[in-house]
Amino acid sequence: MSQSVTSQSAAKPSQFGRRRLPRWTPAVIALVAVLVGTGVGVGAGLSSHIQWGLIALLLFVVVNYAVTAAVEGPRQAKDRVVTSLVWACFIIAVVPLYSLVESTIAKGVKVLDGNFLTHSMDGVITTGPGGGVYHALVGTVEQVALASLMAVPIGLLTAVYLVEYGRGRLAKAVTFFVDVMTGVPSIVAGLFVLSFWILILGFGYSGFAGSLALAILMIPVVVRSTEEMLKLVPNELREASLALGVPKWRTIIKVVLPTSIGGITTGVMLAVARITGETAPVLLLVFGNQLINFNPFSGAQSSLPYYVYEQYAAGNPASYDRAWAAALVLIAFVMILNLVARGIARWKAPTSSGR
Amino acid sequence: MISVAKRIDVSGLSAYYGAHLAIEDISMTVEPRSVTAFIGPSGCGKSTFLRTLNRMHEVVPGGRVEGKVLLDDENLYGAGVDPVTVRRTVGMVFQRPNPFPTMSIYDNVAAGLRLNGVAKRKAELDALVEKSLKGANLWNEVKDRLGKPGAGLSGGQQQRLCIARAIAVEPQVLLMDEPCSALDPISTLAVEDLIGELKERFTIVIVTHNMQQAARVSDRTAFFNLAAVGKPGKLVEIDETQRIFSNPSVQATEDYISGRFG
Ligand SMILES: Nc1ncnc2c1ncn2[C@@H]1O[C@H](COP(=O)(O)OP(=O)(O)OP(=O)(O)O)[C@@H](O)[C@H]1O
Ligand SMILES: [Mg+2]
Repeated sequence: MSQSVTSQSAAKPSQFGRRRLPRWTPAVIALVAVLVGTGVGVGAGLSSHIQWGLIALLLFVVVNYAVTAAVEGPRQAKDRVVTSLVWACFIIAVVPLYSLVESTIAKGVKVLDGNFLTHSMDGVITTGPGGGVYHALVGTVEQVALASLMAVPIGLLTAVYLVEYGRGRLAKAVTFFVDVMTGVPSIVAGLFVLSFWILILGFGYSGFAGSLALAILMIPVVVRSTEEMLKLVPNELREASLALGVPKWRTIIKVVLPTSIGGITTGVMLAVARITGETAPVLLLVFGNQLINFNPFSGAQSSLPYYVYEQYAAGNPASYDRAWAAALVLIAFVMILNLVARGIARWKAPTSSGR
Repeated sequence: MISVAKRIDVSGLSAYYGAHLAIEDISMTVEPRSVTAFIGPSGCGKSTFLRTLNRMHEVVPGGRVEGKVLLDDENLYGAGVDPVTVRRTVGMVFQRPNPFPTMSIYDNVAAGLRLNGVAKRKAELDALVEKSLKGANLWNEVKDRLGKPGAGLSGGQQQRLCIARAIAVEPQVLLMDEPCSALDPISTLAVEDLIGELKERFTIVIVTHNMQQAARVSDRTAFFNLAAVGKPGKLVEIDETQRIFSNPSVQATEDYISGRFG
């Protein structure tokens, strides 16, 4: 009966085919919608560009639905509407990010140069130009490194305990406290360290005090992400190792952790990125400093978020420029950490690694 | 390989998952240097029983065992017995091939020693890996790519890799839980041939749903059954494979083998 499908469908319309809009239809509708939106905006004298965009968006969705429903049918029309909504949400999500990065770069590059990166504010008048971010960069790197040094081992071990050993009450309690810690606002972590470490125990303001608060914020993030990664390791691998007569602790170190190391690294790096930009605890605890202080354990330090805040608060053109440049440095720092994390995750991904 | 195959004597063994009794009161003897096949309907506790023989059952949360398993007169469940040592003596191959994804073919085979922290010289380790891979009939297929990831092999090759990994630690008993259920007929044949060779050196226990396979590879066959859904599984009978398949002493066995089951 059906010798050749193609010859048959050439003769009469195929059973499954139906009328289709050309692939470029959504693009054309989008273009028209944007033009109409702009036209209406200009015509009605709407000052806000957001209103223009919303008009265009609404038009796009409605026209897209109507056209598709007329030509292709209701199911395809619904598909189109949902697709366009997803795209719209994506664009709405990306616009602020884009404009944030764009304006930071635009305002930040003015004073960002080698001199800015390698000099402190030593001897610079706040109202005048010059000076740099070096002391703040040193502070941030040291504080974040110290915080990670404390939080990563604690977080990793907690996650290993919860996934590999945790049964019963204690595990439930630990999970509960980790959840609670996740919800602790950073200012509260800062206040806690301030009252406990500085006011009660009597240690002075220092980078280390800041990193204590940062570690408190970092631990739950590390625990959560590591936990998820460890849960992804198939039980069969653990059993394969145990069945070879490998003790449980060695199984964890040699099989479970290496299998999930890529994901764990990514999680840790994201946690690091998160605390790098943390401002509140740093404001309370490191005190701020115009000079370079390499010692995080004694004396006031600066840090990038602190520096941004301080320069912006100074409220004059030169310090605004410095604030934006420092913000750009901060974003770049976090971005680099993220890229490194991705690189490590890809490099360590289980299937691709040989000997 | 100087493996001393061992005899297994099980008496009055029951296994629980939490409060659920999965197998009840099983007693049997597994002869050394022979292949014993376990057959029975799904869920009757074959895997559970197999895992009690190398103390893998207690790895499952809530897993608990009562009774005795004597390996050449030493009770695996006696006080002071280290399950880790038991598992080195009684190796296991799983239903689904599970090579370590982070390791190369070579490292997978050497894993048992490496992971146990047994330091060997490179030459010794090389020889052992080669011997194990040859023992698992895999050497010729992988000898040029020992450094490649073990997960990059075909399913049948992966299963033989897992067998090589299991025999590399030189166990005395080898437990196999449906080792061929994910394999094509050719790989199955390769594994079956391998079992035939391995029984010269090891005591082998194999779980299978394939009657022909049980008939082909095993010397003795044990039939497990459960009275009803939710009831614990029990050993119905164990005998020479030939007898089980030609003239079993229990009617249920004959029904199951001839397909007149349930
Ligand atoms: N991890 C577990 N937790 C709780 N109960 C389990 C677990 N594994 C198995 N069981 C139960 O124990 C009983 C025996 O299961 P088992 O896996 O030993 O059967 P089996 O004979 O190997 O079946 P199959 O032939 O399908 O592999 C079943 O009732 C099953 O539901
Ligand atoms: Mg099973």
